[in-house]
Amino acid sequence: MWDYTEKVMDHFRNPRNVGKIEDADGVGQVGSLACGDALKLMFNLDDDKRIVDVKFQTFGCASAIASSSALTEMIKGKTIEEALEVTNQDIAEFLGGLPDEKMHCSVMGREALEAAIENYETGATGKRILEGNILCHCFGVTEEEVERVVRNNELSTVEEVTNYCKAGGGCGVCKDDIQKVIDRVKDDINQETEVAEKPTKRITIVEKIKLIQETLDREIRPILKKDNGDLELIDVIGNQVIISFRGMCAGCNVAQFTMEDVVQAKLREFVSEDIVVVEEKA
Amino acid sequence: MKNYYFDNNATSSVAPEVTEAMLPFFTEYWGNPSSIHHFGGQVGKYVKAAREQVADLINADPSEIIFTSCGTESDNAAIRGAVEAANNKVNLVTSRVEHLAVLGLCRYISEKTGITCFEIGVDGKGNLDLDSFQRALEKGPAVVSIMWANNETGVIFPIQQIAEMVKAAGSIMHTDAVQAVGKLDVDVQKTPVDMLSFSGHKIHAPKGIGALYVRKGTKLKTFMIGGHQEKGRRGGTENVPYIVGLGKACELAKAGIEDEQTRVASLRDRLEKGILESCTDTIINGDVNHRLPNTTNISFKYIEGEAILYNLSDLGIAASSGSACTSGSLEPSHVIRAMGVPFTSAHGSIRFSLSRYNTVEGVDHIIKNMPAIVEKLRIMSPFVD
Repeated sequence: MWDYTEKVMDHFRNPRNVGKIEDADGVGQVGSLACGDALKLMFNLDDDKRIVDVKFQTFGCASAIASSSALTEMIKGKTIEEALEVTNQDIAEFLGGLPDEKMHCSVMGREALEAAIENYETGATGKRILEGNILCHCFGVTEEEVERVVRNNELSTVEEVTNYCKAGGGCGVCKDDIQKVIDRVKDDINQETEVAEKPTKRITIVEKIKLIQETLDREIRPILKKDNGDLELIDVIGNQVIISFRGMCAGCNVAQFTMEDVVQAKLREFVSEDIVVVEEKA
Repeated sequence: MKNYYFDNNATSSVAPEVTEAMLPFFTEYWGNPSSIHHFGGQVGKYVKAAREQVADLINADPSEIIFTSCGTESDNAAIRGAVEAANNKVNLVTSRVEHLAVLGLCRYISEKTGITCFEIGVDGKGNLDLDSFQRALEKGPAVVSIMWANNETGVIFPIQQIAEMVKAAGSIMHTDAVQAVGKLDVDVQKTPVDMLSFSGHKIHAPKGIGALYVRKGTKLKTFMIGGHQEKGRRGGTENVPYIVGLGKACELAKAGIEDEQTRVASLRDRLEKGILESCTDTIINGDVNHRLPNTTNISFKYIEGEAILYNLSDLGIAASSGSACTSGSLEPSHVIRAMGVPFTSAHGSIRFSLSRYNTVEGVDHIIKNMPAIVEKLRIMSPFVD
């Protein structure tokens, strides 16, 4: 028995938008009988190019059916561009989460969506065609697809890759190749972050103060306000950010923790890694 | 919601008579049968009586019965013990459709010791390839382990013929009879197996007790090393309540074997016929002419097993599937694959396994509801027009 959420079971028992659309604007089909699950997604657009009607047919387990149903609910009313922003993570989150071993069901949803949109835009077959180097021959998964699930879901083990896209779940011969993809993506991300960090170091003091204010408003104040607290930015000297607590936070015994765990942590996350927050006592 | 249990090859309910027989050994007779004092020592006679009941079910001598904790332990004790007694020197033979307690173990031993393990295939109906089997025997294996009946399909192997072939080749014959004992006439006087494993919880004893039959004179190294219990063949203080429970369950199984082969078989046939008549595109997996009386394995084409099981479960019906999704693996069960069942059917295989506690009402409940479940999932399937 899988530990499915209530929402998964609801979408499995009462799937939304089951069926077919004749002459649909976009049709995408992924998976196969051999793979053990398959999804055919069909949609029609209205005059404003919004998805006005969407239907699915799925061969698969409870979570495959629930993921398909969830996907149709999520993209209905969206434009093509908006729909393409729906990731497999979004599908899983919509359902309140999926067991690790079932994450490939959400990936199948995302792939069907892409295939259907490609079919609409280019008139391609709508069936996913394997292009490039096939890495897992048992389940027909390309190197490119493995790289994408690794990147999008921040995967770090072969087992996770198998859970997300089935690669490596058959004979297991490709496991070393999957590990190489994981290592390569890890190297890429490290390089990308190194590059990305440099511009942040070059921001002006005005930009920095603006960024700090935005982070305080968006990330920190809402948390403090829950306890009727608040804070004020007093000054910024180099990497030191001087603040003063207001409301219930002022004089609170746990303010020290709040400062380090919330204020400093958030500012380090969104502004700069080297920020040190100092409290000015009123 | 009423519970309709059709998953008896996975585990079975504890018979009320078994529970009743066990209870005094938790409350009153909880002593250690090895003790010198009367309080513990008096328990020994109940263990002895249980050993006789167990031996009686398979027509063995009580001295040939070793109590274990489960079927898997019996398999480990038999195969590892026999391989070790043969100095790890010669080959192993098993089948591709064994329970993983045997297949996984044989592969492990092969990997660890470097000895070859021949895995004999089956045909589309699940029958063993006896020609390949004979050729493997000619390689002079130390130990052969072939199951009596398959847990997923219920297919019965010709174990009489197989055991005779193995003995003619001079090898040790072990059989995993977990699914056969209590359902078929298992007689170790008639069938020349050297070792036979079985388990309590498949025959209405609780989980946590099993037995291994070892024919007198069989060379076997002790697997569970420890005290003198079971004549030094399996260390560890006797699990008295469960041994007593297994004894009672074996007594009941012997008395009920005819019922199993007549009434339970007819319930299974009624279920199978009802489903095949009311649902289109269904096939039976396994040879219907050589099959356990309680088991049917039916594939529903173009739909997936886990989805069927959850729908059944919503109606209080418990069954199981050989589909990939139910196991957490990504491929259909190794048994279904070994039989070469096409992918249109492989992921939609459902096993119903009955026991003496199933009724016509339960069978008809499934027959009545199955078409709607299949229809609902087929409407959803992209492979059905």
